[in-house]
Amino acid sequence: MSATTIEPALLARGEAAFQAQRRQRRRATLTGLAILALCLWAAGWISEFYPSSLAAGLPRVGEYFYKLLPSLRWDALFSGADTEGSIAFWFYRLDDWAWLLLQTSQMAALATLAGAAVALLLAFPAARNIAPTRTINVLMRRGLEAMRTVPEIVYALIFVWAFGVGPLAGILAIFLHTAGALGKLFSEVVENADLRPWEGLRASGANWAQACRYAILPQVAPNLISYGLLRFEINVRGASVIGFVGAGGIGQELNLVIASNYYEEISAIVVLIILTVFAIDYVSEKLRHRVIGAAEGH
Amino acid sequence: MLQLEGLTRRFGANTAVDGVSLSVPAGQMVGVIGRSGAGKSTLLRMVNRLTEPSSGRVIHDGTEVTALRGQELRDWRTDCAMIFQQFNLVQRLDVLTNVLVGRLNHRRGFGATLGTLFKRFSAAERAMALSALARFDLAEQALQRADTLSGGQQQRVAIARALMQQPKLILADEPIASLDPRNAQVVMEALRDVNRRDGITVLCNLHHLETARHYCDRIVAMQKGRVMFDGTPAALTAARIRDIYGVSEDEFDTAPEMTAPALTPAREAALPA
Repeated sequence: MSATTIEPALLARGEAAFQAQRRQRRRATLTGLAILALCLWAAGWISEFYPSSLAAGLPRVGEYFYKLLPSLRWDALFSGADTEGSIAFWFYRLDDWAWLLLQTSQMAALATLAGAAVALLLAFPAARNIAPTRTINVLMRRGLEAMRTVPEIVYALIFVWAFGVGPLAGILAIFLHTAGALGKLFSEVVENADLRPWEGLRASGANWAQACRYAILPQVAPNLISYGLLRFEINVRGASVIGFVGAGGIGQELNLVIASNYYEEISAIVVLIILTVFAIDYVSEKLRHRVIGAAEGH
Repeated sequence: MLQLEGLTRRFGANTAVDGVSLSVPAGQMVGVIGRSGAGKSTLLRMVNRLTEPSSGRVIHDGTEVTALRGQELRDWRTDCAMIFQQFNLVQRLDVLTNVLVGRLNHRRGFGATLGTLFKRFSAAERAMALSALARFDLAEQALQRADTLSGGQQQRVAIARALMQQPKLILADEPIASLDPRNAQVVMEALRDVNRRDGITVLCNLHHLETARHYCDRIVAMQKGRVMFDGTPAALTAARIRDIYGVSEDEFDTAPEMTAPALTPAREAALPA
């Protein structure tokens, strides 16, 4: 059929249908935007987000940062820790803080590793597509939900009360939350896996665990590793804050200096945390690409 | 001897397989033909219990397959290996491991099963897998990832995996529908060879009459879930084809094929009867 045989009436009808569809889509978009704006306004009103308070408070944020600034002097910048105005004076407790930072990152590492291991085991029964029974599936999903909806800081408060002040409470708190959060992500990755190999394995008489291991795990492993390393970065930040309730690491020290208004020490510690997180982000990013590259290889 | 008694499967209002009764003696090569949506795939999947029948029974050597559960069901599945249209290999694993997974259910006890989760296979099993691969000219590719292989090669890996199960029968669900003619021939020769030399019963879904006639001892023709013909290739004349399907043999073969891999019951149910 050539283009010349198409009737003008058909073209007109097609054009009319196209215009009608476009009008309808525009109406839908505008309605959506109006609803969104209304929701935003309501959210701001309920959460007491008043522009006037924002305007009044903003200068004080600047004031706080000004107070945090160390009093450095150019002539003494690289002098020893005894000279006021030097960098060494600003970071006069660098050895203690470095140790606490190391402790913080180790808390995060341990909690992430343990959390990822538990998440890996729970993710398969929590995935809708391959769960052995519906009951187990629902139980696993609700369990993972319960683990991750409680904030780390609440877990930390409970564990500090139970195990006393120190890193153990922090590790347990981060571990529980990580297992719940990663378990959910992992199970979603499993739900996106290709089920043809799964059928192949099941049809050959492999049991459920074997089919998970051979049909699903090779497909999802690179994704799981990527999520795990991402979680490690998040957990380093989390571990820095969790010390506020006495759960060990640099957070405990930070809480102390904030409460005591030791402004220069606050900025010193914050700078150290930022540098550490940068470093870990950088290394973990590199590691992630290499590990995924290697996992793709076989 | 494999016996199907009034095997039926309904997906909602749609009856995919409708009261099929067949009896297949050991060592036979049976071609199940029919057009898209005739119920061939569902029939085969019910024999392996990948799809549960709505009613009817499958009996093999006196054992009621449709009543098996747990370990007994897995043992049955090991006895009746399955070949798929889309090969269903684990793309990210090497060919050798893909073949070795056929041994997974041969381990007994908790410790041995746990060992399989860490890829612990014996040297004897690796030798067995390599000779199965060598039989289909694939020994050189043993350590390559499955997704680096052509479709024809992947299907032969799937047959090697099936042989590792040491099955009594092989169910091949459209094994050549995704392959070009040359590879299709190689794969059909392989199935024929397994049937002849190893004495394994083969049930093979096909949608080309000529292929079924050439390779099978017996042809079962299905239409709308029912068996319309069951006999030797010679008895399936052009007149019978026209009777059953209302088209000539040429039209039957060249009919546009909906290549649905039939992954889930939902997808199967979506197909027209």
